Amino acid sequence: MLTRFLLIGKVQIGLAIIGLFTLTAILGPWFSRNVLEMTPQQVDYLHLNGGPPDSTHWLGTTSQGQDVLSWMLYGTRTSMLVGFASAVIGTFLTIVIGAWAGFAGGLIDRFLNGTILVFGNFPTFALLFIVAAAFQNANWVLVSIVIGGIEWAGGARQIRAQTMSLRGRDFTTALRTVGESRARIILVEVMPHLLGVISPMFLGLIAAGVNQQAALAFLGIGNPSEPSWGLMINWAMTQNALFRGLWWWFIPPGLALCLIGFATTMVNFGLDEITNPTLSSKRMKLMRIFLRDKARPASPTRQKEMATR
Amino acid sequence: MTEPAPIDALGSAASTQRPAEASDDGPTSGRRRPTARSSRLAGLVYLRQRLTMYLIVAFASVLVNFILPRFMPGDPATQMIRDITNRTGAPPSGYQTRMIKARYGDPERPVLLQFWDYISRLVQGDLGQSSQYYPIPVTELIGRALPWTLYLAIVSTILGWMIGTYLGARLGWRPGRRLDAILTPVSMFFSSIPAFWLGLLIVWYLAYSNGWFPNQGAYNNSLEIDFSDPDFYLSALYHGALPLVTLIIVGFARWLFSMRNMMITTVNEDYVQLARAKGLPENRIRNRYAARNALLPNFTGLAQSMGGALTAVILAETVFIYPGIGSLLTGAQAARDYPVMQGVMLMVIFASLLFNFIADSVYVLLDPRTREVT
Repeated sequence: MLTRFLLIGKVQIGLAIIGLFTLTAILGPWFSRNVLEMTPQQVDYLHLNGGPPDSTHWLGTTSQGQDVLSWMLYGTRTSMLVGFASAVIGTFLTIVIGAWAGFAGGLIDRFLNGTILVFGNFPTFALLFIVAAAFQNANWVLVSIVIGGIEWAGGARQIRAQTMSLRGRDFTTALRTVGESRARIILVEVMPHLLGVISPMFLGLIAAGVNQQAALAFLGIGNPSEPSWGLMINWAMTQNALFRGLWWWFIPPGLALCLIGFATTMVNFGLDEITNPTLSSKRMKLMRIFLRDKARPASPTRQKEMATR
Repeated sequence: MTEPAPIDALGSAASTQRPAEASDDGPTSGRRRPTARSSRLAGLVYLRQRLTMYLIVAFASVLVNFILPRFMPGDPATQMIRDITNRTGAPPSGYQTRMIKARYGDPERPVLLQFWDYISRLVQGDLGQSSQYYPIPVTELIGRALPWTLYLAIVSTILGWMIGTYLGARLGWRPGRRLDAILTPVSMFFSSIPAFWLGLLIVWYLAYSNGWFPNQGAYNNSLEIDFSDPDFYLSALYHGALPLVTLIIVGFARWLFSMRNMMITTVNEDYVQLARAKGLPENRIRNRYAARNALLPNFTGLAQSMGGALTAVILAETVFIYPGIGSLLTGAQAARDYPVMQGVMLMVIFASLLFNFIADSVYVLLDPRTREVT
C-alpha cells in the first residue's frame, strides 16, 4: 500500500513541498547567517522604515529595518519544528492508544475508545487556545506538546479500527498460539500493516501543527523571541504594515502556510484515491479517453493509439 | 483534527445497541421487519449516546477551565487582585477583595468545594468579571460581541455551503472534465489558505490601498444601533462584506470536495441508471436523483462545521477589527484577561457541541438507514 501511495502524482507533489520546507528548516538559518550575513534581530539602519525587496534584502525589510528573508528562514525552522514535534507526539499517542485499544478489547478498549471519542469531539482550537494561553510566553516545545497532546484522536480511531480487523486475522492467531508476546505481535507483526495509515496521518499532523502554531502565534500566544510565520503576520498587522502597504512583510509567511496546507490536501487526495478506487485519477483519465473515443468515429491514427494502449 | 464521520459513529452506535434491542423484544421475535416503534427507538438510542458524549466533553472542558488557572503561579484570586491593582493603580477595597475571594475561591478553601462553587455559578450563567474592564461581567461582554460573530459565521457558512455544494454537484456529475480538472486543484489551494491571512490580503488591497471598503468595524460608527433604520442595515452589510467574502472563499472548497466525491459514487447507482433509461432530462437526473442522495453527508456536515467556522471567524475578525468574539478574545489575550478568555472559549466549545448535536439529530431525521434495525 505504501509504494502504491508513493507512486501517485499528487502525493509526490505534496511530499516534495513538505520536503523542501524541511530542508529550508534545516539549512535556512545557516544560510541566513553565513551567506546573507544577517539574523532576524539584526537592524539595518539604512532601511529603517521598511524597504521593498532589493539586492541586499531579497524580500525587503520590516518597519524596524529587519530582513524579511532571514525572518522567513528562521521562522521556517520554528514552524517546521513545531509541526514535526507535534506530529511525532500526536502520532505516538495515536499509535499507542489506538493499537492498544484495538488489540486489548474488553474493558480497556471501552475506556480508551471513550477517551478517543471525548478528545475527537473537542473543538480542537478552543482547547488549544485555553491551554496554550495559560502558559505565558510558551516556547516551541511547550506549544508542540499541547498541539500533539490534543490532535491525536482522529487518527487513533482509524488505527483502532485497523488493529481490530488485524487482530482477527489468521496470522495473529497463529502467532498467539506460538506464544509470541502481545507487544511483539503489535510492534513487529501488526505495525508494518498499519504504515499505510500512519504515514499520511503523520503528514497531516505536521500540517495541522504548523497551522495551529501559526494561528496561536497570530493571536499573540507563544514566545515573541522565536521567529515564526504566525508571529511575522502578527507583527506585520500590529505594526501597521497594512496601512503603510508593506506587503512583502506579510505575504511570504502566509504563502508558506498555504503551500504546507496545499501539500497535505494533495497527499490526502492521493490517499482517497487508494481507499476509494472510484476517485482514482488514473481511472478517470481512462474513462475520459474512452468517452472521447466513443464520441468520435475512430480515425486510423486513433485506432493505432488504442492498439498500443 | 478530523471530525469523526457520522456514518462511522453510527456504525459503532448501531453495533452497541443491537443486544439491548434484542433483549427488549424477547426470545419470540427472532427476525422481523422493523416497526415504527423500534425504528424510532434506534434513532433515540443513538441520539442519547451522542448526548452523553457531548455532556462528558462539556464537563471535561469546564474541568480544564477550572484547573488551568490553578496550575499557574499564584491562585486566581491573588492574580485577579494583582491584575486590578495594576489596571486601576490602587489595590481593591476590602469589600472588593472579599468579593473576589468569594468568586474565584479563597486559596484556603478545599479544592473540591471551590469546584462546586465554580460549577454552581456557571450553571447560573455567571462567567465572572473581566479583569480588563473590571467590573463588567464576562457574560455582558460576550453578549455584546456574539451577535456579530454569529452573523458572520452563519451567513458565511451557509453561502459557502451553497456555492460549494452546487459546484461539487456539477463537477461530480462529470468527473474528469476540463472544468473539474481546473476547478478541483484551484479550490484545493483555496481551502488551504489560512482565513486570517487571506483577510489580511483582502483588507490591505481593498480597504487600505484602494479604499473601496471600510477597514474596520461592523457598521458606520456615526450611526446608532437601530434595527428599524435601513441605513444601519446597509452600513452593516457594507462593513460585513469583506469578512464574509474571506470566509466564503476559504470555506466553500470543503463542501465542493465532499459533494464532488459523493456525486462520483452516486452517478453509477442503479436508480440513476434507471432514471437515464427512462429518458428523463439530464438536469433532472442530476438534481433530483443523484444530487439529492449525495447531499446527505453535506447536510450533516453543515451543522458539524459550525464549531470550526466559529474558530475561523474568530481569527478573521481580528484582521478586520470586527467587534465580535474574535476581537474580544484578542483584546483579552493582549491584556491577559483570563476570565474573558476562558468565558469565550467555554462558549465556543459549548456552541460547537450544540451544533454537533443538531447535526446528529438532523442525520437521524434524514437518513432512513439510522432507523433500520436489522
